[in-house]
Amino acid sequence: MTLPPYAEALGLIVEPGDVAPTYVMPFEHRVVGRPGFLHGGALGGLLEMAAIGALKQALAGDGEDGGEARIKPVNVTVDYMRGGRDKVTRARGSVTRLGNRIANVEAVAWQDEPGRPIAAARMNYLIVR
Amino acid sequence: MSALTPFDPERLFADGARGHGGLLGIGYRDHGADWCELALPYKAELIGDPASGVLASGPILALMDMATSCGVWLRLGVFHVHATLDLRIDYLRPATPGKTVIGHGECYRITRQIAFVRGHAHDGDPDDPIAHVAGTFMSTGKGYR
Repeated sequence: MTLPPYAEALGLIVEPGDVAPTYVMPFEHRVVGRPGFLHGGALGGLLEMAAIGALKQALAGDGEDGGEARIKPVNVTVDYMRGGRDKVTRARGSVTRLGNRIANVEAVAWQDEPGRPIAAARMNYLIVR
Repeated sequence: MSALTPFDPERLFADGARGHGGLLGIGYRDHGADWCELALPYKAELIGDPASGVLASGPILALMDMATSCGVWLRLGVFHVHATLDLRIDYLRPATPGKTVIGHGECYRITRQIAFVRGHAHDGDPDDPIAHVAGTFMSTGKGYR
């Protein structure tokens, strides 16, 4: 999978998964907000990439036209739960519902264990088939 | 920055933002008593869709997080440590490739623990916005007031 320039700028690495890929974001200067903490925008960007990755994988397995479909973000809501510290952050998306025209996707980001999220996002996408 | 120094967003961005703000190249544009306007210049590194050249939505989220955060500090009059609790963005249309995105963030209410913000982004014409945002921040200190 080729990453868009913005994912490269965040320093993201993709780990393939059966249902959805996991996006790994090292803690580097370019994703820092206030000293010692992740920037909320970088974390939001990571969650959006994870949501898109999960949706693209779901679309690729969805009938003959799924893989060709284009997606457009309608909106995103990000909840910040814990400060992102000086360690690797992981994020994975999950498609709640894949319709013909709309997809509802969630994404969760964590550092120590998936059960202790540092942020989560809900996104709605328009699918152009 | 001392808690007694009046908050000055122009000075905050004068030497170029560091960290993630530096990667994005976000700069100061304007401010008022409870609002701040920041600029996100178009950069190839921030593209989300290589086929169209449209900016990724992440940098716009970061821009609006910073603009609304500055709006809170302006309404307070001083810098205060806080954290984004939630931020919702409606992407009204894609940003035009090549154009600088302007983020306008406003704080319209502050309680003891929570600051409520809203804002919008455009790429030249405020009457043709590209995004609308609503969110909250929470004090991570001893409360905003």
